Amino acid sequence: MTTLPWAAMARLAGRRLLAAVPVLALVTLGMFAVAAASPFDPVRRYIGDGGVGASQETLDALRENLEAGGTFVEQWWAWLRSAVTGDLGQSLALRQPVDQVIAERLGWSALLCAVAFVIAVLLGTTLGVFAARRPGSTFDRVVTSLSYTLQAAPPFWLALLAIWLFALRLDVLPAGGLTDAGSDVVTPGALLSHLVLPAGVLAVSQLPWFVLYVRQGVGDALHEDPVRGARARGLSERTVLVGHALRSGLLPVLTLIGTRIPELITGALLIETVFSWPGIASATVRAATATDFPLLAALTVLSALAVLAGNLLADLLYGLADPRVDHDEM
Amino acid sequence: MTASAAEQPWHAPGTTRRGTRTARVVVSAVLVSAAALAVLLVPPLFPLDQQAVDLTAKLSAPGADHLFGTDEVGRDVLLRSVYGLRVSLLVGLVAALVASGIGLAVGCAAGALGGRTDRVVMRLVDTFTAVPHLLMGIFIVAMFRPGVWPVVASVGLTHWVSTARIVRAEVLSLRARPFVDAAISGGASRLRVAARHLVPAVLPQAGLAAVLMVPHAIWHESALSFLGLGIPAHEASLGTMINGARGSLVTGEWWPTLFPGLFIVIPTLAIAGLAGAWRERINPRRRSELVL
Repeated sequence: MTTLPWAAMARLAGRRLLAAVPVLALVTLGMFAVAAASPFDPVRRYIGDGGVGASQETLDALRENLEAGGTFVEQWWAWLRSAVTGDLGQSLALRQPVDQVIAERLGWSALLCAVAFVIAVLLGTTLGVFAARRPGSTFDRVVTSLSYTLQAAPPFWLALLAIWLFALRLDVLPAGGLTDAGSDVVTPGALLSHLVLPAGVLAVSQLPWFVLYVRQGVGDALHEDPVRGARARGLSERTVLVGHALRSGLLPVLTLIGTRIPELITGALLIETVFSWPGIASATVRAATATDFPLLAALTVLSALAVLAGNLLADLLYGLADPRVDHDEM
Repeated sequence: MTASAAEQPWHAPGTTRRGTRTARVVVSAVLVSAAALAVLLVPPLFPLDQQAVDLTAKLSAPGADHLFGTDEVGRDVLLRSVYGLRVSLLVGLVAALVASGIGLAVGCAAGALGGRTDRVVMRLVDTFTAVPHLLMGIFIVAMFRPGVWPVVASVGLTHWVSTARIVRAEVLSLRARPFVDAAISGGASRLRVAARHLVPAVLPQAGLAAVLMVPHAIWHESALSFLGLGIPAHEASLGTMINGARGSLVTGEWWPTLFPGLFIVIPTLAIAGLAGAWRERINPRRRSELVL
């Protein structure tokens, strides 16, 4: 194995980091603009029902304290300054600092998403290759139509049907949560059995894109000259399929990995809610229901970071996999 | 149809892809028409009192009285699903129209004006793609309180990006074509070139993107409603129905969950089937290649 082009990869990462700064600034500014245009009032939200009898002076003092005064650009600047120092404010819905919410929950979400993503990529690639091998066969038709149907099905609906089937009908897997009811400690065995359903459903909801992309990519590659050449040399079907067709057919899939990150987060938002998974995505939904602006803002930035990191990762992999592509030209 | 045969260079010898494709289009067309007729005809014929409950008939299984059964407070699942589909289709159509309109305008402006406008617009597009659309929708709806219009706004404002990208790419490739040069050397103004030559040429692509946006918008509406951030919970929408059915699902009644979901899946597949056929029939890029 030749050495990796570390310098070029580092330059690409550096350029993306620079490009991420204006994007994140615009995302956060946009959030403050939307909040300013909405009927939402942070002071009223903060004091809740206690504000009914409060005097105007109290409200003004509170507004001062919350730095909610001024235009939304000033509020944004104040938020940005404290965010850079690591102070993301207080979550109103969960009654704890936002950074603590993230620290407690991020790991669970990352675990769920990573397991689901690996299953989706591996299973999707396998099914896609076998479907592409004999286009028009029964297997191909079943896989393709199932993929289109799963693409159309909302993940939360799939999750509920899976709960009905596996937790109620067959009674083989728990319906939600992290551990069994009444147990405080998370044991690896309990965690695994509680992870199967949410990760499985999240994987299945992402599966169709990988199946269809791999099927298309490998199917096209099977008709290209290198594959014809490999066949002519009398190489085994397995070598032709895995060594030649899959290798060139996988290139678009690497790009897909980057572009699926937002969809993965979207799926996690819905599936964590259904399965009461104590991750960051279900906290987002709770924050939204309670109009918890500090938490929502932090989580939106976090997901933007994840998306940008995913794009960078996909481009790095693409540059490594395709010798015609230069990292310095991306 | 030789062009579409060239587009699908590989399929097993001896299988007639065209036959199954035609069948798919017919089935899709029938399903879309059935859905359209149902949402137009059922509400005036069978009025639905959103508040009415009938606890004596709660959670009755699908049967002759209630084809799709009843939910946890005795409401007919079939009737409410049709009402839910009506809300979803309305939100989907309006939101897709809003998103495609913004996308068409932004994409044309970026592609036709170029230069600084293009760079600013593309930076904006980067920003919008960096945040998952559902999360952006959740944020907008959370700030503006649930309701039909915040949902339409959140879907419309987040989904113009893909259309803008497609339109911009089309406009950029059109700008290099001889007929645009001819129009400019003939003395046509910028506005005239854009209005008479560029916009009509990208309309088929933009229209296709708009049609494909409808199921996407329905998906988003139902997801927001399911999370309790869309259509108010007591009103029939496919998302609120599935959310409301979670209690009865735990006790084993599957029909209030299954049927509203099918009302999302089947129209989505049907619309996508029609859009796919349309894409093959009028692929403007392929046609313009043939002309040149």
